[in-house]
Amino acid sequence: MNPRRKKRLTLAVALIGGVAAIASLLLYALNSNLNLFYTPTEIVQGKKDTGVKPEVGQRIRVGGMVTIGSMVRDPDSLHVEFAVHDSLGGEVIVTYDDLLPDLFREGQGIVAQGVLVEGGKLQATEVLAKHDENYMPPEVAEAMGQTHEKLDYNEEQKSSY
Amino acid sequence: MWKWLHSYADPERAYNLSGKLLPWFAMLATALVGIGSVWGLVFAPVDYQMGDSYRIIFIHVPAASMSMAAYMAMATSAFIGLVWQIKSADWAAAAIAPIGAVITLIALITGATWGKPMWGTWWVWDARLTAELVLLFLYLGIISLYASFEDKVLAARAAGILAIVGVINIPIIKYSVEWWSSLHQPSTIRITEKSAMPTEMLYPLLINILGFGMMIGAITLIRFRAEILARNGMRPWVRELAKAEGVK
Repeated sequence: MNPRRKKRLTLAVALIGGVAAIASLLLYALNSNLNLFYTPTEIVQGKKDTGVKPEVGQRIRVGGMVTIGSMVRDPDSLHVEFAVHDSLGGEVIVTYDDLLPDLFREGQGIVAQGVLVEGGKLQATEVLAKHDENYMPPEVAEAMGQTHEKLDYNEEQKSSY
Repeated sequence: MWKWLHSYADPERAYNLSGKLLPWFAMLATALVGIGSVWGLVFAPVDYQMGDSYRIIFIHVPAASMSMAAYMAMATSAFIGLVWQIKSADWAAAAIAPIGAVITLIALITGATWGKPMWGTWWVWDARLTAELVLLFLYLGIISLYASFEDKVLAARAAGILAIVGVINIPIIKYSVEWWSSLHQPSTIRITEKSAMPTEMLYPLLINILGFGMMIGAITLIRFRAEILARNGMRPWVRELAKAEGVK
């Protein structure tokens, strides 16, 4: 390799290395701020690295699994209340007054955006269903004991929408 | 060791070689995308949760993964062009950029249309989604940088540096779903372990991914040949070619 090419190669590699170093430092510094949501444990105990807890009145997103058996629906309106937990044991109650996405069910991963109110409850303005990376035909899912039923709404609930 | 490769840097040889490769790429692309899409969109079983809506995966995932692969191909060409000063490599990079931008846009649009019924929203500022949007802006930046210089050697150098710097975004897109909590699900296709998908869904998906790769290859070859002709308009071999085609 002639010296001019060698010089350009060194420069190009140095450029890539420099940018990689800057980017990784930047991402490392921003790390926990790049998460889309708080986990329920982080709301109860504070973030693991900084110990920062969201305050009452703060607008946040919380993500986790809907606790099975925790969902309470008001028969006359769209108001629902359910608990969201994570694998570390934290749990937060979420209230919501709008249509839930089709994928929503107990045991499903969700991300709820809203305002934290007194008593560690989240008053959600938006509930998004998270989908996991597993795909399977219904027969297989049934054999594995996993079924999915959509929520149905009665007349009164439909009229309140 | 690599000296034999240098002869292909010659524009005329590159033009002829890409002309020979083009029909193969085009044929494979048509066959693979045809088979993969029909199999995936019609014959693959439905998903137990998403029903038929999941079928958009057969377009979304190939487009998204190939948007990154195209970027790597473009950045590699730009790197070779920059270090070894091979003009053909610069032209190849310039040929890939608009195709990569369109594929990225397809990935973003199909992702949004999938996100609306399933997640409940068109868009969230999730790490994966945002990084993919940055990829689109990188492509657009490279295209406009290359277009904004009259001197194409200088243009290729400027666009090439941006392309190389932008490589850092690729691992960020790839690992965003593992590094940070996000709404976007982690990858289903895994290389080292069993994929989280039965084979009757996985095969059409893999075929379509390969097909999209071939399609990008074919369109790149067409654009690459056009770029070679545009940059070598004064060369005798191009003039002869034009004469043979009956251009006055």
